[in-house]
Amino acid sequence: MLGKLSWAAVPFDQPIPMAASAVVGCLILGVLIWVVVKGRLPYLWNEWITSVDHKRIGVMYCLLAMVMLLRGFTDAIMMRSQQALAFQAPGYLPPEHYDQIFSAHGTLMIFFVAMPFVIGLMNFAVPLQLGIRDVAFPTLNSVGFWLTASGALLVNISLVIGEFSRATWLPYPPLSELAYSPGVGVDYYCWAIQISGIGTLISGVNLVTTVLKMHAPGMTYMRMPMFCWTTLAANLLIVAAFPILTATLAMLLLDRYLGFHFFTNEAGGNMMMFVNLIWAWGHPEVYILILPAFGIYSEVISTFSGKPLFGYRSMVIATMAICILAFMVWLHHFFTMGAGADVNGFFGIMTTIIAVPTGVKIFNWLFTMFAGRVVFSTALLWSLGFMITFVVGGMTGVLLAVPPADFVLHNSLFLVAHFHNVLIGGVLFGCFAGYNYWFPKAFGFRLHEGLGKAAFWCWTIGFYVAFMPLYVLGLEGMTRRMQHYDVPAWRPWLLIAALGAVIILVGIILQIVQLVASIRHREDLRDDTGDPWNGRSLEWATASPPPVFNFAVLPSVSGSDTYWDLKQRAIQQPAPSPEPDYNSVEMPRNSPTGFICAFFATMMGFALIWHIWWMAGVAIAGAFATFVVFAWRDRDDYIIPVETVARIDRENRASRTRALGRLGTAQ
Amino acid sequence: MSATHADHQGHAARSPGGGMPSKRIIVGYGFWIFLLSDIIMFSAFFASYAVLSDATAGGPTGQQLFDLTNVGIETMCLLLSSFTCGLASIGAQRKNSAIFQTAMAATFVLGAVFVSLEIREFAGLAAQGAGPTRSAFLTAFFTLVGCHGLHVTGGLMWLLTMMAQVLAKGYRPDILRRVMCFSLFWHALDIIWVALFSVVYLIGAGQ
Amino acid sequence: MGALPAAAAAGASRGAGEGAIRIGHHGFAHGNPCCVRDVHPVPPNGGEAGAMTGSSDDPRAPRQYVHHVGRRVFVLSFLCLSSCQPALLDPRGPVALADETILLDSLVIMLAIVVPTIAATLGFAWWFRASNSKAAYWPSWAYSGQLELIVWSVPLMTIILLGGVIWIGAHQLDPAAPLASSAKPLEVQVVSLDWKWLFIYPDQAIASVNQLVVPAGVPIHFSLTSASVMNAFFVPRLGSMIYTMNGMTTRLNLLADSPGDFIGLSSDYSGDGFSGMHFAVHAETAEAFETWVKATRADGPILNRQTYAGLAVQSIGTRPFTYRSAEPGLFQAIVSRELPPGPGPRSGRPETSVSPRTEP
Repeated sequence: MLGKLSWAAVPFDQPIPMAASAVVGCLILGVLIWVVVKGRLPYLWNEWITSVDHKRIGVMYCLLAMVMLLRGFTDAIMMRSQQALAFQAPGYLPPEHYDQIFSAHGTLMIFFVAMPFVIGLMNFAVPLQLGIRDVAFPTLNSVGFWLTASGALLVNISLVIGEFSRATWLPYPPLSELAYSPGVGVDYYCWAIQISGIGTLISGVNLVTTVLKMHAPGMTYMRMPMFCWTTLAANLLIVAAFPILTATLAMLLLDRYLGFHFFTNEAGGNMMMFVNLIWAWGHPEVYILILPAFGIYSEVISTFSGKPLFGYRSMVIATMAICILAFMVWLHHFFTMGAGADVNGFFGIMTTIIAVPTGVKIFNWLFTMFAGRVVFSTALLWSLGFMITFVVGGMTGVLLAVPPADFVLHNSLFLVAHFHNVLIGGVLFGCFAGYNYWFPKAFGFRLHEGLGKAAFWCWTIGFYVAFMPLYVLGLEGMTRRMQHYDVPAWRPWLLIAALGAVIILVGIILQIVQLVASIRHREDLRDDTGDPWNGRSLEWATASPPPVFNFAVLPSVSGSDTYWDLKQRAIQQPAPSPEPDYNSVEMPRNSPTGFICAFFATMMGFALIWHIWWMAGVAIAGAFATFVVFAWRDRDDYIIPVETVARIDRENRASRTRALGRLGTAQ
Repeated sequence: MSATHADHQGHAARSPGGGMPSKRIIVGYGFWIFLLSDIIMFSAFFASYAVLSDATAGGPTGQQLFDLTNVGIETMCLLLSSFTCGLASIGAQRKNSAIFQTAMAATFVLGAVFVSLEIREFAGLAAQGAGPTRSAFLTAFFTLVGCHGLHVTGGLMWLLTMMAQVLAKGYRPDILRRVMCFSLFWHALDIIWVALFSVVYLIGAGQ
Repeated sequence: MGALPAAAAAGASRGAGEGAIRIGHHGFAHGNPCCVRDVHPVPPNGGEAGAMTGSSDDPRAPRQYVHHVGRRVFVLSFLCLSSCQPALLDPRGPVALADETILLDSLVIMLAIVVPTIAATLGFAWWFRASNSKAAYWPSWAYSGQLELIVWSVPLMTIILLGGVIWIGAHQLDPAAPLASSAKPLEVQVVSLDWKWLFIYPDQAIASVNQLVVPAGVPIHFSLTSASVMNAFFVPRLGSMIYTMNGMTTRLNLLADSPGDFIGLSSDYSGDGFSGMHFAVHAETAEAFETWVKATRADGPILNRQTYAGLAVQSIGTRPFTYRSAEPGLFQAIVSRELPPGPGPRSGRPETSVSPRTEP
């Protein structure tokens, strides 16, 4: 009846997961009770869960990422403390637990922190920047988000019911095959990634179509803000790379469930094929993450330097070059497989070639600041921290692309330091920059700057204290994923690294305090202009938070940095522009399709993990039925009457005038 | 109901968002991008087949197993179904239910014949001990061909849904867009089958 | 005499400390008090000085060595490591030395561009701060052809230079390429098991577990495979690592310049026992190696298909030991999958469907 599931699957004898899940369970229960008691459930359902508004979905993506960041960071703290303690000693985490922790840490941080964070920011900002009312496929957008959340839920269920994978975040066979990982851990990993991967693919298709096809009048490709370009490149990579991941994990699942022989040690299976296929997805994946971050930095640095982005065309070319080159370098992840000198040499050179467009970007940001008026806001601090940290990470990355250097540094803590250097210093700093930058747009009030800056300094210092020792440890020959070790020389560096993790923890606490304090003092931080940073692109031309339709009348674009130009003209000729002709606006209706689909997807994943076949059948039938019911709908949009549109936009125009007035006095 | 949609189109044409392409173009474009991603997924399975095609582990080879007559009939069915699917699109565009429903039904029958022939082939292979667990080669073969077969099966379910939708709702713009997507999907499956037929069966049987 | 290295290796494995016995007379002439991997007591003046000056039998050319030391000092000061020398920057063989040279060369090439970039970032941001009224403000300046040219060409030049390093390095240091030496290479066949290392000496017809004894100054040609999951064979002080994979053979050539003890480890995660999967490497003089071979042949179990099957069962923390004889063709039988792959975990808690714990 319940397949492999029994009470033995719950690790009652392990205090750490039980306590952790008890705390999380109480928190969730508490929030739910609060929501129900306060009568907020209808609000939550109508305004958020069933919402197909790209802004709401973007916010929910970011929220998911931040919650998962806490979980992933807890894993990180446990790993750092284990390694600090486990010198010639077993430490407090036995291997079967420690191995789950680093596997979960990698999986969560890549798939459920970095991915949702960048997708959330793209979802939120891109339609606003393009001057349009929504993405191409709003309901699918909601489906994509909820499928991602469904994957995250499955990973977290594994904490209490069963176990998570012990085969690392990229489950190399044969270790991940049934013969060597007979438990449900790898199945949890695979189904969570398959489900959220479909969500990501949906989001990719959606955003590619949006950027390529939907623009405000006059918004040509070469007038799009840089963030739209990097969004396009990242989502092209999603569309081209995620199907490979889906296929590869499908092969692994077939091996595990039906006894196929793709990667097994028996019957001619070939594990090298898995390694090649997974990195054919995996390398583009890092650019899927970093390119949107590059876009955010471009927006932030240009805005807070009071100048257009330097070398816009170069930036576009560099972005698209990275997009294409991303598919030609995957082999550098396994130079040590013995592929031969020509192959290694070729992929080494291809990898370093990517450093050229990346270097161009760094220089262009430098020259964007040159002869600017640099305002040290929190978002800009994150960007500066990025520029300095990222060149170090990029340098060590190129170093790892040199095959003989990789022969001694591969899989070492040097490698771990390198990719944290680019993922934290590149992707995460970018997400935090975007979070501070667009928060007032999303909610109508700014985040507290002082606390934000304090958090930035803790993160940056903590990052250096935590990861520079790992470079040294890599040079000491320490490999990654060690549960204990005997080499005395490693210990001091691991202790320093643990201290760094604590400093980062302070940074995270400060970010939580920043959010809470900003919400409490929101009236002091209120932005009534819609343009708190003296912005340049179209998202600042509408109110904060924007009305559901974003723009009452789609803006007409005549150059890059549209809104900046508009403001400059208005300051010089302070005649109020005539009120436009308002029309009623049609917006897509909310739909619970995404939520219900995700419900069935979670059910299907859980059933398949535990071999509860009837439940999987029910879930698949339920998902199909949901789609048919959705397809049977007769109306998918509703009309906002012209009076409402006009009223909302008149308020917006008033705040615009206020903003201009302030700017005029400032200049 | 269709009135609101006509209204929507008219509204789009006169609003300042007139620069925006029609919903039909956006939907078609998005679906194309999805199809490209699907083709990339198939290319991963193709790659695995290419890598593993010699890994027979002492088991039967493609030459010993493949029956080109059966596959030839399958191919004919699928190519014909592409033709009838095209007819159905024309029928839908002309809002001619006789053509649309007949052509869709013919497409369904041809697709169902294809799927049943494939199931028969698979069952026959499994019966002679050449199931997917026999060798890595057969694993890759069953996965590649089976993945296409699953796509066709899913397509058949979609096809029935579309017939029912047209019957129930008529030729509304949103229904027509879906018919267009379905037909794109069906033709893409045909293209993939042609590649599959050449790479797997023709080359495999010739070796 | 023959038992000595085995005992030393036993001391070098986990729970070390007790019973450490020195082999040879140069065991830690290059040792370093802070980074030394072996467990021998260190003489008060050992370590740093020895490493920096090199001993008389150091094969490296003096000029190259001075150059090398100079750069190393530079890098060390960069890493603030004046008191401790990391394993990878303290090579004990030509492969490790060449790996290190390329690593440091590439680093220096890139630092030449990275350091100015970081300085410029800080400088620009500070000078052009909004409150600095002396700084210029060109609110619409966003293009300069010359600058764009520089912006593209600087990284391009760097990469062209580095591309040369990569191409030459990838060829010269291809792990499969034999090392230039007048001595006939020693054949060693390596099998990674869950979770220990098996070293077969086909020409000597002996084998050892978790302990690798090699003659110094003689190239060693490794053929490697895995009995079960992927691993990577890595001796940091000797240089390049290589994967071991079931059903496949990878090749690696290494050489230890002079006698010494090093640690080898698996550097590709392979499951619960991975952290304990390290082995002691003893580079001996030719005579000491011969003595060890003779002593090994005299005593210990034999390695054949039956005993191999027992060895292939998962275990953690296997103490080093030797086989007095090894069945010929065993390695090929493992590679060709004629011998079944190593079994996975045996269930410790049969009632649960969750992965069993590995009981050490």
